Amino acid sequence: MLPDAERLCEALAESLRPGLDHETALVGIHTGGVWVAERLHAALGLKTPLGRLDVSFYRDDFGRSGLHPQLKSSDIPFDVEDRPIIIVDDVLYTGRTIRAAMNEIFDYGRPARIDLAVLVDRGGRELPVCPRWAAQTLQIEPAKNLQLERSEAGTLTLRLIDA
Amino acid sequence: MKIHIRNGRLIDPANGIDAQRDVFVAAGRIAAIGAAPDGFVANRVIDATGLTVCPGLIDLSARLREPGFEYKATLESEMAAAAGGGVTTLACPPDTDPPLDEPGLVEMLKHRARHAGFAHVFPIGALTVGLAGERLTEMAELHDAGCIAFGQASTPVVDTQVLMRALQYAATFGFPVWLQAQDPFLGKDGVAHDGEMATRLGLPGQPVSAETIAISTILQLARDTGVRIHITRISSAAALDMIVAARASGIAVTCDVSINHLHLSDADIGFFNPNARLVPPLRAGHDREALRRGLAEGAINALCSDHTPVDDDAKQVPFGEAEPGATGLELLLPLTLKWAAEMRLSLLTALARITCDAARVLGIPSGTLSAGAAADLCLYDPQGSFTVTRESLRSQGKNTPFLGQVLPGRVQATLIDGHIAFENGR
Amino acid sequence: MRNPQLDKNGGLQHLLTIDGLPREILNAILDNAAPFTEVAEREVKKLPLLRGKSVFNLFFESSTRTRTTFEIAAKRLSADVINLNIGTSSTSKGETLLDTVDNLCAMQADMFVVRHASSGAPFLIAQHLAAMKLEHIHVINAGDGRHAHPTQGLLDMYTIRHYKQRFDNLVVAIVGDVLHSRVARSQIHALTALGVPEVRVIGPKTLLPSDIDKLGVRVFHDMRAGLKDADVVMMLRLQNERMKGALLPSPQEFFKSYGLTADKLQHARPDAIVMHPGPMNRGVEIDSAVADGPHAVILPQVTFGIAVRMAVMSMLAGA
Repeated sequence: MLPDAERLCEALAESLRPGLDHETALVGIHTGGVWVAERLHAALGLKTPLGRLDVSFYRDDFGRSGLHPQLKSSDIPFDVEDRPIIIVDDVLYTGRTIRAAMNEIFDYGRPARIDLAVLVDRGGRELPVCPRWAAQTLQIEPAKNLQLERSEAGTLTLRLIDA
Repeated sequence: MKIHIRNGRLIDPANGIDAQRDVFVAAGRIAAIGAAPDGFVANRVIDATGLTVCPGLIDLSARLREPGFEYKATLESEMAAAAGGGVTTLACPPDTDPPLDEPGLVEMLKHRARHAGFAHVFPIGALTVGLAGERLTEMAELHDAGCIAFGQASTPVVDTQVLMRALQYAATFGFPVWLQAQDPFLGKDGVAHDGEMATRLGLPGQPVSAETIAISTILQLARDTGVRIHITRISSAAALDMIVAARASGIAVTCDVSINHLHLSDADIGFFNPNARLVPPLRAGHDREALRRGLAEGAINALCSDHTPVDDDAKQVPFGEAEPGATGLELLLPLTLKWAAEMRLSLLTALARITCDAARVLGIPSGTLSAGAAADLCLYDPQGSFTVTRESLRSQGKNTPFLGQVLPGRVQATLIDGHIAFENGR
Repeated sequence: MRNPQLDKNGGLQHLLTIDGLPREILNAILDNAAPFTEVAEREVKKLPLLRGKSVFNLFFESSTRTRTTFEIAAKRLSADVINLNIGTSSTSKGETLLDTVDNLCAMQADMFVVRHASSGAPFLIAQHLAAMKLEHIHVINAGDGRHAHPTQGLLDMYTIRHYKQRFDNLVVAIVGDVLHSRVARSQIHALTALGVPEVRVIGPKTLLPSDIDKLGVRVFHDMRAGLKDADVVMMLRLQNERMKGALLPSPQEFFKSYGLTADKLQHARPDAIVMHPGPMNRGVEIDSAVADGPHAVILPQVTFGIAVRMAVMSMLAGA
């Protein structure tokens, strides 16, 4: 039985709240991370507009699998220089996506610090990446993919599918 | 050497024979057809069961590349190709280096080619010195040295006054003149037929008028000078129409077409295939259809290979920079058979265009299997087919747009003057 | 015969021409180009997609402008870029085109960007690479003779889509020297493949190639009639050496009949955009008032060109 994603979003927002200052910017990673970041952004009432990243250009498997078929534009609508940034993703797994996201952020400027907030940490790390906030920790076998889905009504749910 | 060719299907267009007949060869000549002459004892019996036996092929244009272009091909390599293709007689155009404009060059070529198992070589002498279109060659001397006609290969005479005088001079002695019809200005830059394909590929186009304007000039001058004119390598329907009309008006004109233009059109340039870079350029599909019909009806007198071996270095360049020409001696028979099958022609009609009809253009008594004629023969397997590959070509030139195609008609043996010049598997 | 620019799965192996490319591939390139436009606005204008790859700009015909746009695109993708102006080096020493290519292959090239004065030269290179079993090396045609300039055609389509959103309701007029223009050919193939219902070419008979209508265009010799209700006007460059002689009497007379002026542009739709592949001959094919006027999108074309070339390079390198 997987946890309820909507509840996790609420819990994640509450745990983030004490660490924020008015300069903090959230950056969601396409696609699930952006959905979570949108929730957090609304719940926390942040002034800085939300950033969105498509890390396809920075993926380390480009040489093997080529360009992602549905590229989206990255959109960082604030000045990165000296700003505290929280990367938001739905599921943290190998850590490679987070590495790509940090590389991309640095191409926009030098942030004051970067933290990581995820809905679920499913284990299986391949890089030294540790989230500052994880609403839930699960142990999920490598043969499965845990992914976030959004219904037409906008409700978020977690789903386990075969990798 | 006495040879008995047994059980073959004999096709002799000159005599209208298509039947199973044995052939008896003695002293380099056809001794008899059908029954053996009295006392004939063969040194060699060739079993031609299942094979077609026809006169050795006569090719109106084969470049041997000597002198001057030995890096492209040599007499030895191209004579091997001719024998392998069943070709026993060939005319070679004068565009060697230097061109065949001096008797010494012609004598040397004839001398080099006078070798057992080599095809009979008939040089076309240069009409003007250096093919430059300015001064007349010593045609009478060249004729004595062995030239059977005079021409310019693919280099047009720009100055029409020079052209007229050259035709008058040739007509004086009754020498035939062979000309390719290409206007020097309209034909200058184009590397492909001026049509959709050239437009699509961004290749400079050569309009059909480059050919028809030149034909018009040649025919007018032929009429005025009375020269015996042969127009080589016609490429368009319009050109053929003009020649037919000229004949009807009493001008003695013959013409030929190449195997490439008989089977291909500009669409075969495909993705810039340099082997489809030819002079004249491959024309539109409807031109090809007209040429195929014209050859079937006899409006075009002969089919030739227009054999032009080109080295890889000269072909492995962008299309427009590639040296024109295609190798063809070994494809003359297969492509004649392919055309005949596609047009539902009798073999008597089809083979005539590469035997007795070609001989008539050359003005030589060859291309027949009558008793007493030179024993020039081609034996081929009509059921056999082969894939054209670089390896399968004996010619040093591997440049043909037919590479990769499967063609009918494998030559099994070639006899030249009663000598076995080629035998498959040997 | 397989189209030499596609791999056996129908994917893009080389970009040699737009002729024969399926609409899906054209759309994929245009879609992929969009995110690359944003990179130019970053502090670090660089993506790591081609890191460690060697891109050879193989220019057998000099063109500083085109070479520069490919160079910027490759460098923004973190590739190592080597510029070779061969018009002035090897070929004059007798080295053949394929000798040059073999040499660069031995230097571990990953991509060739080829400009050549002869139509089909990039095909020759692609076919040679296939024969040498060097399929991991990609070729981009940066303009060959009169044949094709596919990235220019694609950036023009990107520009049109940017301003007009869709293709299936447009009237597009291409004006000028179509005969010698590789750009025009690539534009025509792209426009027809993307479903533009009416593509027109406008020019004197000396500058329109035979049977151009068979490429799916309507032919006009009167510029005002040809511009009527056009949504997009694509001007072509008239080369200097063709302005006088047997093709045209003079640049002035060409301008009179086929130069784009505000007056002639009035026949097009009020929201028409005006494009030019550059460099422009002001006062020959286009009047300055139009080139600098509100309809012109000539500078955005240049900007989009870099993104489109980045997209093409990335798609090839990742294939």
